[in-house]
Order: sequence, then C-alpha cells, then structure tokens
Amino acid sequence: MDLGYAPILAQLGDDFFSNREGAAEKCPGNNGLCLGWIADNFSDYMDPFWEHVLLSIVPLAIGFVIATSLALFAHRYRVAQPFFLALVGALFTIPSIAFYLILLNITGRGFGTAVVVLTAYTQVLIYRNVMTGLQEVPAETVDVAHGMGLTRRQIMFRVELPMALPTIFAGLRIAASSTVGIAGFAFFAGAGGLGGEIFSDPAFKGNVVTASVLMILLATALELIVLAVQRLCTPWERAVAS
Amino acid sequence: MSTETTAHNGAASAGSDAAPLELREVVKRYPGAEKPAVDKLSLEVPAGEICVLVGPSGCGKTTAMRMVNRMIDITDGDILIGGKSVRDRRPAELRREIGYVIQQIGLFPHRTIGENIATVPHLLGWDKQRTGARVEELLEIVGLPADFRDRYPSQLSGGQRQRVGVARALAADPPLMLMDEPFGAIDPINRERLQNEFLRLQAELRKTIVFVTHDIDEAIKMGDRIAILQEGGILAQYATPAELLMYPASPFVEDFVGSDRALKRLALQRVRDIDLWTAPIVRIGEPVSEVKAKLAEADLEIPLVVDDDGRPTGWLSDRGLQGERVREDFRSPAEPVVELDDILRDALSDLLQADSQYGPVVDKDGRVAGVLSMEALSHALTVPADQVPSATELAAEA
Repeated sequence: MDLGYAPILAQLGDDFFSNREGAAEKCPGNNGLCLGWIADNFSDYMDPFWEHVLLSIVPLAIGFVIATSLALFAHRYRVAQPFFLALVGALFTIPSIAFYLILLNITGRGFGTAVVVLTAYTQVLIYRNVMTGLQEVPAETVDVAHGMGLTRRQIMFRVELPMALPTIFAGLRIAASSTVGIAGFAFFAGAGGLGGEIFSDPAFKGNVVTASVLMILLATALELIVLAVQRLCTPWERAVAS
Repeated sequence: MSTETTAHNGAASAGSDAAPLELREVVKRYPGAEKPAVDKLSLEVPAGEICVLVGPSGCGKTTAMRMVNRMIDITDGDILIGGKSVRDRRPAELRREIGYVIQQIGLFPHRTIGENIATVPHLLGWDKQRTGARVEELLEIVGLPADFRDRYPSQLSGGQRQRVGVARALAADPPLMLMDEPFGAIDPINRERLQNEFLRLQAELRKTIVFVTHDIDEAIKMGDRIAILQEGGILAQYATPAELLMYPASPFVEDFVGSDRALKRLALQRVRDIDLWTAPIVRIGEPVSEVKAKLAEADLEIPLVVDDDGRPTGWLSDRGLQGERVREDFRSPAEPVVELDDILRDALSDLLQADSQYGPVVDKDGRVAGVLSMEALSHALTVPADQVPSATELAAEA
C-alpha cells in the first residue's frame, strides 16, 4: 500500500461522522477517501469479493492437484524433471494480460478462462516446492523404508509425501497470496473480481482502497487457512523434546 | 515336501525362530567396473549367531549385507535363508521377514514411536490389537517407557532412537536381522552401553544376525563369528574372534586386527573363566599354626586377611605371624579388588594401575573367591581358541 494514504487514514474517524450525512457521490472533500462513502457503498463490493474468492480458491485447488501429480511423476521418473521445470517456469513468465488476451480467442470470456490462467501461474510455485520437499527427504529414511519391505508406491505416499508436507504447504501459502493478486486481472477475461472494481474507477481512491484492502484481507485469510490446515496435517512439527 | 514348505511359511509369517544363512559364491559386479565389488563370497552363519562383516572401506561388506535382502541384486551365486534361495522371493515380501537396522536409524519423523515400530506388522496386515500388544512388548524389551509410544522421534535422544530402531526391526519377530553399523553414530559411552544391552537381548532372542562394522574392536565384541573382507570383496578370513586373534590367516588379517591382538583376546574372557590362584585366607586372631598349614597348600605365599563377612582387607606382613595368633599388621592393602564378572582386559588394567602382581577376586557379595595374578593372566592367553566363549555366550553368563 502507498504510504501517502497514512495521513488520510488518520482522518478517517472524523470524516466518518462529519461527512456521513452529506456523503456526496464520491466525497471529493477528502481527496476521494472517506469512511462514510465506504460504509454506504460497501455492499456493492460483496459480489466482486465472492467472485474473487472463487477466482482464488478454484485455481489453487486445481493447481495443487496438477502440480503435485506432476512433481510425484517427475520424482518417480527423473527424466521428466527438466522438462516439467521448463514448462511450469515458462508458464509463469507469460504476462498475465497477454495470457488472458491469447486465451480469449480459444476459451472465450468468463470464469473458465480466468481459472485456466490462474491455475497455470500456481504451477511453478507449488511444483517447485513439492519437488524440493520430496528431494529433501533424507536418503537413509527412504533406504530403511525400502529395507523394511515398503514398495515404491508405499514409500512415496507413506513416507516421502508426508515428510515433504511442510515444504509443500509453504509453496501453497505463497501460491495463495500470489493468486489473489493475479486474480485482480481476471476482469480482462470477463470473470469479474475485485480487480474489475479497481479498474472501473481507478482515479477514485475510496474505490481503490476498498477493493485493495479486501484483496489483502482475502490473501491473509487464505494464508492463515493454509497454515491452519498445515498444523492439522503435520502434528510432528510441533512435537518438542520434553 | 510340500507340506513341509507350507508349515515353514506358516511359521515365518507368524514370527519365527532364527534361520541359518548361507552365502554361496556370491558375486556382485557393477556394470563398467573392472573388478567385482564382492567376489565369490561364501559364508555359513548358523541359526542364532551374530556374523560380523568387517573390513576397510571399499571391501564390499555393506554390499554383501545388502544382497541378503536384495536391496542390491546378486550378479552370480546364491544366498539361502533357512535353506531357501532369496532369488525366488519377491523383494518386498522377503524384506518384511528380515529385520533391518542402519547407522542413521532412519526413523520416520512424521510417525509416532508406536507407528514406527508397527511399520512391518502394518505391512503384514496384523490387526490393531495384536500390533498394539507387540509395540508395548517391544518398548519393554528395549527398555523404553510405555508412554514413548505416542511421542515423535524428534523428542527422543540418539540412544533412545537407536533402541526404537532395533525395536522396529524386531517387530515382526524376523528370523534374520541385518545391521549396518547400528551403533556407529552413537557417542562412545552410550555405544558401549547399547552394545552390551544388545548382546543381552541377543542372548535371549538368539536371532541370526549379519552385523556390518569397520571397527575391529566392535567386531570382536559383538561377533560369534567374524568375516574379514579385503578390498574387492574377497574373504580374508572367517573365524571366531578368538581364532582370528590367535591365528590370523594372512598378513592382511594380522595387520587389520592390530598388533595388540593378544590384549584384544583378553576382552573375550572374564575373570571367572580362567584358573585363579588360591591364597591362604586368614582372619585376625586366628592361630598362627593354622595359617602355616594353609600357606603350604596355597598357590600364593602371602596370607590374605578377610573380615567377618569374608571381604578382603589386606595382605598380612611377616610380623603379623610372629606370635600365637594373627595380629593386624598389613604389608599392603588388598588392592586392586577384582570381580569375577570383570573382563580380563579390565582386570589387567586394574593390576597395572595398582602396580601390583596380583589382586584378590571377589564374588557378587564381595567375598574372596581367589586371586588373580599376572601369571594366571598370561596363562589365559594360551587357552585354545575353541575354549574361548563368544560374545553372546559372555552376555548370557553375565
């Protein structure tokens, strides 16, 4: 956020009371930012907000499944590793607006197109962390699992994947906040979201601040949810020597 | 024949007694390598014995061990467990019947101690109740409190983790165990304790064990038999520790066991195993005439004074015998006092440290049982190798 807003934010309390009654269309008196206007128009942001929630959660879920599958495959068949890494890396380098515009000709406008793009962007973040997590499992742990008679598949799903969870969740947290941000451009695909609100009137600060703060809150909430799930899934991480 | 095989399978899956192990001209050749890693290695390990594979790095000892549970494929030759070739078995199933312990232990950090121990029972499809009971039993066997079952490996010390590693390998009561430098990562004090604990455990369980180490002292301590390998996986000698120390088969073996091999032999026997000297045992106030009679019979000519409970108090001087009755007049204190269960090497060290030619030997209650002398010690080194007990037998005695 721009620090230039700080003095304005300090005045917000006053404005809320003094300007409440006469909240003009865009409260021009305060450089376009006042709590009164926000309070009056907040409900208009709810639909875009929930669109944004879906635009974040759906690509994350699909992206997690795809990237993890790719990583497990590459972990088992090492020849695939450089190929997959190049692929997910290349996807990430495509500018998002260009990505949307390319896809418009193929998948048309709407939620689906946005999900395709956003899912593509999650790949590099999640894939790399799953891969790192799997590679960080100590060789001796795999060796002893092998020596006790676990099959390769059992080793992957009962030993390597669980042990990689902390690293995988770390990647998922980064992917969560970055997806919320990139979903801000989803309106290019006609998928709405809070980005649409921002660009509908980018000069009006009340609008920009409201939509941006909601995006930040959403990103924070998603990270906290992932963190909570991680804590539930990795009880051994919290075990301390007694 | 078929019924016999079925019966044997049944026993194996339900947990079983030790099985003999045989390596027949086993060869491991890696593609592109000039020389084989293991070359025509033949070994027979009788059921219930510890066979230590020892040698310098690159001698193929770990490779040889890992071919037994097919972690490494055999190039040529065969390995038989209980008379059955491992080549006919599906590797994962074979491994579930063979305990496996490695230096880094490799506990699963994301599983509790109980779950770690239950790994193989779980793979074998044991029900919850049977698994739970077995976990409880194993924690007790390796000397860990029952509430450890719900802890995670990160909450345990190195020695405790090592015990869990052994418990996990024993979980399905395998007839054979493979141990690759199991105590290598433990500090010297704890290593000694864990080695002793393991020998005591083995004296009860009597598993067939293949034990890999690079440390000849550990090999001598742990092994019923020792296979010394030299570079290229060639067997230099396969013998009991005592034979190895007395009759090294080649300059390589002689060099590997070290120039102090006579001293190392002393680690294989306890004070109770050798012929102790007798000393005239006297009490203060005893008639001197009786003492003189005892002096004539005993090996040692110096009377050893004991208290009312038979504990040694000192060596009597000549002045103590001047008069009617024994007077309290010591020439020297009764030091060092050696126990019957002491290892000869430790007893020798005690004698050297006290600068003494002999010391009283006492039993568990502290009563004099004889006298250990330098002469008796050096005589012990001439005992034929086949009369020297093995590590497991030593542990069973104690």
